[in-house]
Amino acid sequence: MATAAFETPKLKPYPVIPLIAEGSMAHSKPYVASSAIQQNIGFPGELAEGWEQRAIAKMGELLGKYRSLRVYMDACVHCGACSDKCHYFLGTGDPKNMPVARQDLMRAVYRRYFTFAGKHFPKLVGAVDMTKDVLDDWYAYYHQCSECRRCSVFCPYGIDTAEITMAAREIMDAVGLGQKYSNEIIGKVHRIGNNLGLPGPALEDTLLGLEEDVKEDTGVDVRYPLDVQGAEVLLVTPSADFFAEPHVESLIGYGKVFHAAGISWTLSSKASEAGNFGMFIGNYEQLRKIALRIREAALELGVKRIVVGECGHAWRVAYSFWNTLVGIGAGGTDPFAIQLQSQLDGRYKQPMHICELTYDLIQRGALKFDKEKNDDRIITFHDSCNVARASRMGDMPGGQFVIPREIIKAVANRFHDMAPETIHESTFCCGGGGGLLTDDLIELRVKGALPRMEALKNVVDQHGVNFMATICAICKAQFSKVLPYYGFDMGMVGGVHQLVSKSIRLGEPH
Amino acid sequence: MSALTIAYALLFYAATAMLVIGVALKIRSYLRTPAPLKIPTTPAPTTQGGVALRLAREVVLFESLFKSSKWTWIFGWMFHAALLLVLLRHLRYFQEPVWTPVLWVQFFGTYAGFAMVAGLAGLWARRFLVDRVRYISTPSDHLHLALLLAIGLSGLTMRFVAHTDIVALKAFMLGLMRFDWQPLPGDPLLLLHLTLVALLMFVFPISKLLHAPGLFFSPSRNQVDNPREVRHVAAWAAALDK
Repeated sequence: MATAAFETPKLKPYPVIPLIAEGSMAHSKPYVASSAIQQNIGFPGELAEGWEQRAIAKMGELLGKYRSLRVYMDACVHCGACSDKCHYFLGTGDPKNMPVARQDLMRAVYRRYFTFAGKHFPKLVGAVDMTKDVLDDWYAYYHQCSECRRCSVFCPYGIDTAEITMAAREIMDAVGLGQKYSNEIIGKVHRIGNNLGLPGPALEDTLLGLEEDVKEDTGVDVRYPLDVQGAEVLLVTPSADFFAEPHVESLIGYGKVFHAAGISWTLSSKASEAGNFGMFIGNYEQLRKIALRIREAALELGVKRIVVGECGHAWRVAYSFWNTLVGIGAGGTDPFAIQLQSQLDGRYKQPMHICELTYDLIQRGALKFDKEKNDDRIITFHDSCNVARASRMGDMPGGQFVIPREIIKAVANRFHDMAPETIHESTFCCGGGGGLLTDDLIELRVKGALPRMEALKNVVDQHGVNFMATICAICKAQFSKVLPYYGFDMGMVGGVHQLVSKSIRLGEPH
Repeated sequence: MSALTIAYALLFYAATAMLVIGVALKIRSYLRTPAPLKIPTTPAPTTQGGVALRLAREVVLFESLFKSSKWTWIFGWMFHAALLLVLLRHLRYFQEPVWTPVLWVQFFGTYAGFAMVAGLAGLWARRFLVDRVRYISTPSDHLHLALLLAIGLSGLTMRFVAHTDIVALKAFMLGLMRFDWQPLPGDPLLLLHLTLVALLMFVFPISKLLHAPGLFFSPSRNQVDNPREVRHVAAWAAALDK
């Protein structure tokens, strides 16, 4: 399924809600996972006789397990408040990319099998049978949602399309219709320890290379340690940080922060990856299994703190779910959680975001910067969706907006925010999140980036912005690829710790 | 006892039972379904009190809707606020003696009827005028609006154009509540109004009108943002630890 040629949307000076263009993205579907990929992680290989009943049974199971799904199936009034909030709708005009319509793909089936009105008056309430055509629509449009939750901010009932997308993908996996990209990666993380399939020796080699580069650059011996028993901090970061530009610049930055603050730290070859694609496919067991690696690595290495690198959905999983899934956090009274709590240092937040760590050090005056080293950059900040709308940093609501910006202002002189309706909890997704960062969906990714590109264009034109900092590996990878389509330089995107790295004073090692 | 009186008495008992039992069953199903993961939409309150305040703002001010669409907010809020006043005003048909606050609200409730109709008309107009909203509107969305609008218009007509025998109606309602049935006036407009209200009560627990209780059970709105401080595990998920 080669991607056909498509037109990159034009950037407009102000946002325009498109007229609906029915079926304009119906052709957009990711590659289907092979039987081997599916079975590797415990799903049926392919659609088989009787899948319709199994899909309905799975939906019934999920309705009993997730209050979110049950309430969200009932509560929507079709008010349309979300209809102009999704970046994929704004970029494509396909009405099934309006959150309400995307949800209705499942709601129509829910009504048919689980509600009085749908059982007896299907036409009246728009209830439909589970058929292959319906499933095909699900496969297309539940893979045009990046689970960014922008709609849930604006819904009067907080209906969260991400929850429905996750349920739909779980149902599809349960009947053997999986998405290649996500499920292949989940297989890799179990087999090798990270999403990119980098084995231990390759990691070691990369880290040694980084030490040499930094030595050459700064004259200081900054360490990038792997599998160090008894280190204070276990750092878990997206595997893109190990080799891809601009990601690696941030990894260099984390190392410099630890060095300057005199904190011993380590990476783990067993749990080198922070990303958790179990979330993208909505599968609790996979989410938990992937998170368990971190717990095991932390126990084996005997670390006191767990810190997460610049990765959006990984931070959501770490912040919101790790305590639930594997007991990394406080307050657990079961043996499972107590074991970790007795090892981890309760004076620190567990887990902690690298930005929280750096910010705390800056607040305490433990880090010094030569801000002018970043003067070649006029910086803006892109709030990544999962950080902005599904997690937090620091002690107050909204800390996830404040802390990264304060870090940027502490390490650089020139900063301009994008328009208020496009940042903080109203931020637009980069267009590549939620398991869509794959070349077979490039048309969707380019079009979905439109609202962010328009906001960026405005600060480029008005303030001469030439650098967009972000704290998500998917944002970095997506923007690197998509920026050129809109006439921007791909090097415009980079990490917050890339900026930290450039201006931090290393001084003498501790 | 006329057949009409008996029919309407039974209709209202059935409608009340459907409304109360239907909504109670739905709420029970929401309560019994676990919320296995912390999913508050941020920036979310970090305390239970903050959550109560957030929900109160949603219920009273429609805060999220205000952020998303000013036109929908204006019409939606106007309709709901007016409906509340109208319902409060109607309490006097169910009380003897009537509470003083219900007497105070009579004036506002009477004129709120117009605001309610205007709000509904605005909401309905969007379903035709905005192409996105037209696309997502189902027949039942239109019927809900038609039903509410017809209730509002028939009520306003009785209040301002063709008066009905309000004393007899009140006797009928009080009789229903005391299981001592009194004759219902045979005024066609009144019968229409009552039939539509009963219909609304019937569809409430099997329709999108469940958004009213639903809001209180929405995890993205009612959860406290404290996952690092408090371990949050559902029973079925805890079983995986074994």
